[in-house]
Order: sequence, then structure tokens, then C-alpha cells
Amino acid sequence: MSIASASLNHAGRPDHALNGDALNADARREARGMLALLSPGLFLVFAVIIVPIGWLFWLSLFDENGQLSAANYARFFEQASYIKTFVTTFRVAFTVTGACVLLGYPLAYMLSQLPRRAASICLIFVILPFWTSVLVRTYAWLVILQRKGLVNTWLMDLGVIGQPLPLANNFAGVVIGMTHIMLPFLVLPLYASMKTIDVDCLRASMNLGASPAATFRQIFFPLSLPGLASGLVIVFVLCLGFFVTPALMGGGKVIMWAMRMEQTTSLYSNWGAGAALGVVLLAVTLALLGLFHWLLGTRATGVWSQR
Amino acid sequence: MLLSLAQSALPIGISGIEKRFGAVSILSDLSLDVVAGEFLTLLGPSGSGKTTLLMILAGFVRANAGSIKVGGEEIITMPPHKRNIGMVFQNYALFPHMNVFHNIAFPLKQRRVSAAETAGRVERALDLVQLNGLGERRVDQLSGGQRQRVALARAIVFEPRIVLMDEPLSALDKSLREHMQIELRNLHRRLGMTTVYVTHDQREAITMSDRIAVMNAGRIEQIDQPEVLYARPRTKFVAGFIGESSFVPVESRNGSVWYEDRKLRMTTAAPSAGRHLMVVRPEKLRLVADADEAGGVNLLPATVGDVIYQGDSFVCYATLKDGRQVTLRDYCRSDVLAKLPAPGEPITLGIDAQDVVLVADQ
Repeated sequence: MSIASASLNHAGRPDHALNGDALNADARREARGMLALLSPGLFLVFAVIIVPIGWLFWLSLFDENGQLSAANYARFFEQASYIKTFVTTFRVAFTVTGACVLLGYPLAYMLSQLPRRAASICLIFVILPFWTSVLVRTYAWLVILQRKGLVNTWLMDLGVIGQPLPLANNFAGVVIGMTHIMLPFLVLPLYASMKTIDVDCLRASMNLGASPAATFRQIFFPLSLPGLASGLVIVFVLCLGFFVTPALMGGGKVIMWAMRMEQTTSLYSNWGAGAALGVVLLAVTLALLGLFHWLLGTRATGVWSQR
Repeated sequence: MLLSLAQSALPIGISGIEKRFGAVSILSDLSLDVVAGEFLTLLGPSGSGKTTLLMILAGFVRANAGSIKVGGEEIITMPPHKRNIGMVFQNYALFPHMNVFHNIAFPLKQRRVSAAETAGRVERALDLVQLNGLGERRVDQLSGGQRQRVALARAIVFEPRIVLMDEPLSALDKSLREHMQIELRNLHRRLGMTTVYVTHDQREAITMSDRIAVMNAGRIEQIDQPEVLYARPRTKFVAGFIGESSFVPVESRNGSVWYEDRKLRMTTAAPSAGRHLMVVRPEKLRLVADADEAGGVNLLPATVGDVIYQGDSFVCYATLKDGRQVTLRDYCRSDVLAKLPAPGEPITLGIDAQDVVLVADQ
């Protein structure tokens, strides 16, 4: 609806000609009404997002003694452990996202090709883990993967391995546990986007001479990319701030960003330093999202531009 | 190129096609011969099996039995991508992630045609459907009519021997649809590819087709040229589906046909003894003012129900003695208007002997 277009009438004459003033006043009244209707939402966004993030940023500017300083940020460049944590966090996030794509794409593809009934039954199994606590699932993985866990016991009993495999309390354990938890976040948006791919497009492709494999490569896969992109971003961003699974499965050897925050605030009670960690994570995440958006260009739908 | 299809057009021999979905029979023992280079339309109501037949021709649906021969070669078990049949889909099925050029070039790319030749052929295809210069457009920047043309260009650019069309004009508005009907017809005349066209719109079928196969409940009721189909429907379904018809019960006995106690004058031989229906088209009926003037005309006494003026013509609903409704339509010429009765008046309707068409009373 264009309010501006009312300022000149049809013949381009100024609007005081016929009811011009009354119509303009009406347009302004409507704009005020719309703003009034928007205000609860705007207030909520302000109270829940703008204020806490502003506060976080404000806190990060004070050192332990309550003095205004940039010490909290300088620490990132001075202390090797910070840089190491940072690198670990991204290594875990990339690996888990990669594992989710490798497992989730074929799964979502299979689900999208199943008949409706079978697909909804299978989807329940994808969603089911959502209903169990992350803590419980992580402990379950510990039981399965630890030195004398199910996997190692079986493999050793079968004589496949002589020594237990290091599957828990290390990087591999963190990745396995987190992949399990993140998988639905990739599969669900991917499945939804695959379901919207027009069957006639695939038929047209075959009709025009493309084999089933070529049709998948040239038509189905490119059309599933927007769904894959949104799933990918959700998983990656969730990984960056993940706490429970790396804390339990890492055995203290895999320190991620969120664990460092927890240490800084609850162990050392250094709220300024903790806040700075949060600000940096937020900034890096936003920068990555921006990069991602730019790389995918106008093709990206989903999280940013639902066209 | 692109204009040389006429020589390569092939006939299609369809025989004994059976298709069942579970216990439901969609097509039963369907046979049909499509002449090389002809424009054949499958016409029928929804659920008549016409789209299923097209899907079987394209290879997207597997028949339970039957044979499809294209130029003598059996293709019933051939996968769709090897059939070399162009198809225009109802919703166009353009690839949304490709621009117009790449959509049309797609079949050429699959056939490993060189880039230079591809560019030339896409150019000529665009020219043929009057979309010159739109190659770089994204699909979502095109109007419905333009998408339709892109779909058409894509279906013929690789010079398929056969083109299938599944209600390609149904998404367009009326005036554009009528325009495209003529355009498709002309394109077919120029290129001469064997074309199987599916529609439920009888007017579209009559406008465009060389022959029409009227389908009903998985069978072909009648296959003929449009004018034969209209003038000489062989079943009640065809008579009712193509054009408007009223049906008047008649009886055949002793080699002649009787409407009540009047012997019908007709130019065809009387059918087998028993009850039949006379197909009465609104424009074949006329008002007979003086019963004596009518030589060679069958007279039907009736009562006028309603007369509706439509500008160029009028429609008169009349009730026969047995209570059946028939419809008469005529142009508003002054001689006709002079005879126009008022509602409730008794009239005599006339139908010429050569216009009498009988179908079985099912």
C-alpha cells in the first residue's frame, strides 16, 4: 500500500483539489494505527533482544576491578588458550556440520521419496530424539562409546580389535554425540524443501533426455540447495554455542567456547571476560552468516529471505 | 533444422494397453493408431484415463500390458530419457534455477550438442515461439504465456519425433488461450511433428485437432475428425460431451424408425430393431410456421417454455409431448424473429432428414 502516492492525484495536481486533505489525514491516521498495533512486538524485541545484548556488550567493557578497559578483548590475542578454544570450537562445528550433511542428505532424500504414510512414520523417528533430554542422550552415548562400553566390548569380543578404540572423552566422542543431537535440525528443513520440488520438473528432465543420475545432479540437487543451506546454518550456529555434549563427551580435553564462558563466569566470577566471549562469538557468527548469505547470493531462501 | 521435422515424424501404434491401480481399472484394452505428422487430441472428462495414457506414452507410468510402437519400434519398456519424445506439461515444469536459455538448452546438453550449435538452435527455437531476446530472463520473470512458449520451445528444440502435450493451455486466461490455440496449430502445420494433445476442453479440441479421440471410463468411445465427431456422434456419451444435445427417444421396427406415431425421414439406414435416441442439436432444429410447407423435414410438435434473447441469437427451450426438453438456437434474422413464439404457445419444430443422428439408448 502506497501512502506517498496519495499526495498527488491522477492528473498530477496538488492534493487539496478533491478531498485531498481528508484523504491524507486518513492515511496518516492509518499509519499511526499500524504503529500502535506493532508496538507490543517492537517492545518485546527491544526488551528480550536489544537490552540483553546491549548489556552484555556494556559488561564486556569492564575489567575485574570495575574499571573501563579493553583488557577483556586484549586477552584474546595474548592468551594462547583462548585462541586454541576458538579454533577447537570451529573445528567441532565444521566437523559436526559435515557429518550431519553426509548422514542427513541421504536420509532426507529417502524420506522425501517415500509414500506419504511411510514418510510420516519415519519422520517420527527423526523427531523422537527431540523429546528426550540432551543430557540423557549424551550419557547414553557415553555408555555406548566409553572404553568398556558396548561398541568396544563387542568389537573386542568379536576379535576385530585388540585394544579399545578411543571413542569417548575426546574429539571423536564430541563429534559423534553432537552429530546425533544436531541431525534433526538439518534433516527437517532439508526434507521440507525436498518435498516442494515439483515432480513434473524431474519428469521433464528425464523426458528431455537426462538419465535418473543426471536428473538428480542437474535438477534435484540444485533445487534442494536452499533447504540444505538453511539446515546447514542452523546446525553450524547451534554447534558454535553448544555446551552439554562437549562438556560430558570431551573428557575435559575438548574445550569449546561455551565451556570457556562457563569457567570464566562461575569459576573465576569474571563477568566482564565472560561477556566479551559472548560478544566475540556473536560477532563471528553474524560475520559467518553474512559471508554465507553473500556466497549463496539471491538463491538462498530459508533463514534470511523467505521468498 | 527445426523445420525438418516433417520428414522425421513417425506414426504411433498403441495396442492393448491395460492399466490398473490396485483393483481399479484405469485403461482397458486400449488401442489407437496415430498417423505420422497428425495432431491427435485425447478428449474426455477428468478420470477418463487420457492423462494416464499420455503418462504411459512418455514412460512415467508403467502399463500392466500392451504395446507402443513408434515407427515400428517397441518402446513400452524403454526408460523415459531414451524415448526421444518431447512433452509440454500442464504446469510447464520449467526448471526454476535456470534461465530461459538454459531451460531450452537442457535437452541439447543431455545430447552433448556443441556449445556453438546449441546457441544457434536455442536461438531458432526462441524465434519460433516469438521470444527473441528473452534468453537471459529468469523463469519467475516471465508471464504465464511466455512460460508456456518456453516449455514449448524446450519440447521441440531437440527435434523429437513425437510431441506430447498435457492440457498445456489450461492455466492461461481465455483470450490468451484462444490465441495460443491458433499459434500451436500453426506451429504444428509448420513443423509437422506427430502430436498427441490432452484436453478436457471440447472447443479447444475441435479448434486444433486433425482427429479427436473421445475417451470415457478408460476406453475410446469414438475417434474421428472434429466435423465428423460433431455431426455423426456414434454414442450417447460423445453426443453429450461434444456440443449441446437433447435426446429424443425413438424406436426402430420393420426397417424404419418411429418417433411416437410418426415415421422419421432420414438419410441413413435404420439401425437394429429396438429403442434408440435421436441426437438433437440446438442449431439443427428450426421453427416451422406452417406444417404443410415442410417437405423432407421431420416435425416435432412442442410447447414453448422460455425464450432467451442473446443479442446475435436466441435460445428457445421447448417441451415435447412426452415431456422431454429440447433446445433450439437460431440467429436473430428478421424472418426468424417474425415466427418467434411466446412462452406457452404450441409450436412445431423441424429437423432435416440428413440431420437425424441416432445413438444407442444405454
